[in-house]
Amino acid sequence: MSKERIGVYVCHCGTNIAGVVDVEEVAQWAAGRLKDRGVVIARDYKFMCSSLGQEMIAKDIHELGLTRVVVAACSPHLHEQTFRTACKRGGLNPYLCELVSIREQVSWVHTNKIAATYKAEAVVSGGVERVLQQVPLEPLHVPIHPATLVVGGGIAGIQAALEIADAGYHVYLVEREPSIGGHMAQFDKTFPTLDCAACILTPKMVSIGTHPNVTMLTWSEVERVDGYVGNFTVTVRKKARYVNTELCTGCGICQEKCPKKVVDDIFEAGLGYRKAVYTPFPQAVPKFPVIDRDNCIYYEKGTCRACEKLCPTGAIEFNQKDEILTLQVGNIVLATGYDLFDPRRNPHYGYGRLANVFTSLEFERLSNAAGPTDGKLVLRDGITEPRTVGIIHCVGSRDRYFNNYCSAICCMQSLKFAHLLKEHTGATVYNFYIDMRTPAKAYDEFYQRVLSEGVLFVRGRVAEVTDAARLRGEEGKLIIQVEDTLAGKQRRIPVDMVVLAAGLQPRHDAKDVAKLFGISCSSDGWLTERHPKLDPVATMTEGIFIAGCVQGPKDIPASVAQGAAASARILGRIHQGEIALEPIRASVDADKCSGCRICNDLCPFNAITFHADRMVTEINPALCQGCGTCVAACPAAAISGTMFSNEQILAQIEGLLLLNLNPERAVTYASEAVAA
Amino acid sequence: MTSNPDGNPNGKPKFAMCWAASCGGCEIAVLNIHEKILDVDQNFEVVFWPVAMDAKYKDVEAMPDGSITLTLFNGSIRNDENEHMAHLLRRKSKILVAFGSCACEGCIPGLANFSTTQEIFDAAYAGISTDNPNGIRPQSAWDAPEGTLHLPKFYPVLKTLDQVVPVDYYMPGCPPESHQIGAVIDLVIQALHGEATLPPPGAVIGAGQSTVCDECPRARNVKKITHFARIQDALIDPALCLLEQGVLCNGIATRSGCTALCPKAGAACVGCYGPAEGVLDYGARLMTAVASVIDSTDPAEINRILDSLPDPAGAFYRFNLAGSLLRAGKAAWAADRVKA
Ligand SMILES: Cc1cc2nc3c(=O)[nH]c(=O)nc-3n(C[C@H](O)[C@H](O)[C@H](O)COP(=O)(O)OP(=O)(O)OC[C@H]3O[C@@H](n4cnc5c(N)ncnc54)[C@H](O)[C@@H]3O)c2cc1C
Ligand code: SF4
Ligand code: SF4
Ligand code: SF4
Repeated sequence: MSKERIGVYVCHCGTNIAGVVDVEEVAQWAAGRLKDRGVVIARDYKFMCSSLGQEMIAKDIHELGLTRVVVAACSPHLHEQTFRTACKRGGLNPYLCELVSIREQVSWVHTNKIAATYKAEAVVSGGVERVLQQVPLEPLHVPIHPATLVVGGGIAGIQAALEIADAGYHVYLVEREPSIGGHMAQFDKTFPTLDCAACILTPKMVSIGTHPNVTMLTWSEVERVDGYVGNFTVTVRKKARYVNTELCTGCGICQEKCPKKVVDDIFEAGLGYRKAVYTPFPQAVPKFPVIDRDNCIYYEKGTCRACEKLCPTGAIEFNQKDEILTLQVGNIVLATGYDLFDPRRNPHYGYGRLANVFTSLEFERLSNAAGPTDGKLVLRDGITEPRTVGIIHCVGSRDRYFNNYCSAICCMQSLKFAHLLKEHTGATVYNFYIDMRTPAKAYDEFYQRVLSEGVLFVRGRVAEVTDAARLRGEEGKLIIQVEDTLAGKQRRIPVDMVVLAAGLQPRHDAKDVAKLFGISCSSDGWLTERHPKLDPVATMTEGIFIAGCVQGPKDIPASVAQGAAASARILGRIHQGEIALEPIRASVDADKCSGCRICNDLCPFNAITFHADRMVTEINPALCQGCGTCVAACPAAAISGTMFSNEQILAQIEGLLLLNLNPERAVTYASEAVAA
Repeated sequence: MTSNPDGNPNGKPKFAMCWAASCGGCEIAVLNIHEKILDVDQNFEVVFWPVAMDAKYKDVEAMPDGSITLTLFNGSIRNDENEHMAHLLRRKSKILVAFGSCACEGCIPGLANFSTTQEIFDAAYAGISTDNPNGIRPQSAWDAPEGTLHLPKFYPVLKTLDQVVPVDYYMPGCPPESHQIGAVIDLVIQALHGEATLPPPGAVIGAGQSTVCDECPRARNVKKITHFARIQDALIDPALCLLEQGVLCNGIATRSGCTALCPKAGAACVGCYGPAEGVLDYGARLMTAVASVIDSTDPAEINRILDSLPDPAGAFYRFNLAGSLLRAGKAAWAADRVKA
């Protein structure tokens, strides 16, 4: 007979559970058969998560002196917090409450009502045994350092940084490139309103550059992250610019006079040139150039120094060294964006082989008034306007050979291109699409507008782009071979120019970034949010937030919204001054730890440190998220996890197997269950 | 002196040691405690120890229940004679110690649990190294002209001591190290004189709290396994952790206490000191640990690495199969069920 007094609450979840499981029977069974195990009350109720359901638990704790609570309802993902809080209101330590799932794990996966009811009883029995092993736990309180680190100066990072800085708190914005701005800075117009990207982006970039609460660290990268929510220590490498920013006025003479031209693969998407000393674009923030050491003649041959000679303020410093900065921050936003799918991977479309096949980013640069062609939409020769253009959607997206997902922005971006082509060249424009996806505000209206402008749409996945002419009229053209699925026939359409709407991909180094910051990414490489619907900007690691395309493909409005959302979450924390952390953590028993170092590299949250002097491993409780990886791996069983101790898990298994019933009962029960 | 510290008015407390299914190494290990053996003699009356003195089972049967103070039981339960002695000595003893790996967890004899009785007998009584033209196999009863002869009945599944009787303490090792045996004997003697208290029943004695790595002097890094190698096939750095060099060293999961003899001598720990405190299944623990540090995320590469591991069952469960959660292969189990 247990000395604990357990209350069991079985939820109907409307008909979600009660439609398949006989919930009254489960409650009665628990009250009777599990009485010896300490169950003093077992009730069923329509919606346990409703305020009435929660009050019922609190009331029973008071009136019946419950010392443990088991709720049989939905997945702990959904309502564990709800019922823990209900217990807390009733005066019971929230960690003495156990939520077992009889919805996701029983009613939703079974159709045989009798068998499902038996299974629900076993699940409750497991919960009762487990809760008996539970111990009261107290949350960990950690103070929040008021400064924030934002990594990535694209539109999402800029937005997050500005919101926090405007609210009066300090932000460090770390950007890998010489200027902030990200992809948006490369565009000319933005869908669906066609406002000029620079006009809406530059003011924000300037605010970042001049904001008293922002320390902008461009040409910089995060090298190391230590600590935990509220108290991160971040090591940043500020790469040598070889330009003294105190002296540089941004006059641009160095760039003008530098004799070394370099193909600009990043900002100009390979379509234009920059110099070895450069700012990526005229409105760059900061205005200071960097010297690209790998291409600079001076570093290669020891001579030249044209920039040094001609700089009116003497700002060039060839002997500058990388600087290592250490920052203290309480929270971090990752907004490192995306890479464009490399269409060379799909050789059927000829990119890289056929001159007049362009990527979408190349087209953005073509159409940009400040781009390599001054905004003229011309072929690779730099002069000829195309008379016919084919825009191919879903390149590398929705394609089981490359990426299964939809890149979300390409339909709209292709419509934008079609519109610009019509407007600037009057060319005949074909869009080859699989499905048109224009779901956001004012997007479908834009589609209607482009339709009315006479753009042609062919539904079908393009098989091939080729320059091998077969029919009259194809000579000297690019021929698009496609099955027109609406007309139900194969077509060959000769065009002058092909634009590939290449999909968005995780940054090539996304997995390294995830590891550096101790968060996880999906198998594709997008960083994983805490909850796909209800918590899209938080991650499983406290204090690390994500915003913009780093979380998945999205347009500018959504990136901005996420940047703002992440900053709102962080501001809330800064205001509170401290944060309470779940006490579900792992810890190492130093006497048992042999220092074998098996666990040392396993923690996805970098919570594990090895002390070589004492040959023992230690877990930082504020960093540990209680995932259990190390607990399972430790061959010495030196690591234990609160709420997931061996005792708890084994007790739950025994409960599930009904070994807690006296043996005869268990046997009859089992045979009844099997018969069902 | 009216009574000795054990409260036995008729003399010294009694000591027994029994040899069940095992190699005999444990017996030798006890003799190997050198002059400390004299302390045993001085403090105990040895009433049963077939390897060292003449005594008959019937002598033990005649003793009053609970009259032996300390029994070291080595060997596992392979046949009905072993089981009989386990029950008998349990009845007669105040403190019953599962002594050595066979008694604690089945040890090498326990590996036979992967095979059926038939297979075991074929291996022992047939084959090219055995001269047995008539194909004779052990029988539990045989009618000779002089009368029926009995041999112990062979069980399909080998059991550990605590799978047949309750055990007070466990002393691991194959065999237990002499210095540990000496220390345990000292402790029991001190306890008998009221100078020390014995650990709570069920405890592991004569061993450490951590694992072999704790006593191993080899340098280690963050573990990453890219391949497995047999020690004779690899060029081994004498100062570096063996596991990091691809040699499956069980030291990570094996209870400390041996002073890391094997890794110190350049051989991988095979795991004879059994699981660490709180570990339910030694092999599963070890496997999980090793699997956690296989340095690849590519399934084909992982398979390639794992394929380079010779004899996984023997490597991970060499000493612990009978004491593991699985205990035996399916066929052996099935035969055991029929017997039961
Ligand atoms: C061709 C094309 C046209 C588009 N047109 C439109 C449009 O018209 N309208 C619209 O709404 N959307 C459009 N989009 C989508 C738009 O580009 C994205 O929604 C938006 O740029 C996402 O912003 P971001 O800040 O998340 O990422 P990014 O713009 O990619 O910015 C990320 C920043 O982080 C930096 N960074 C990366 N890694 C690191 C690191 N490790 N450390 C430090 N810094 C790092 C990068 O240098 C970059 O500055 C278009 C996309 C494409 C491909
Ligand atoms: S349980 Fe272990 S691996 Fe998981 S977060 Fe905690 S320390 Fe890291
Ligand atoms: S795996 Fe266990 S024994 Fe090995 S270093 Fe980590 S905590 Fe210590
Ligand atoms: S050699 Fe074996 S015992 Fe020594 S540290 Fe490595 S795994 Fe541990």
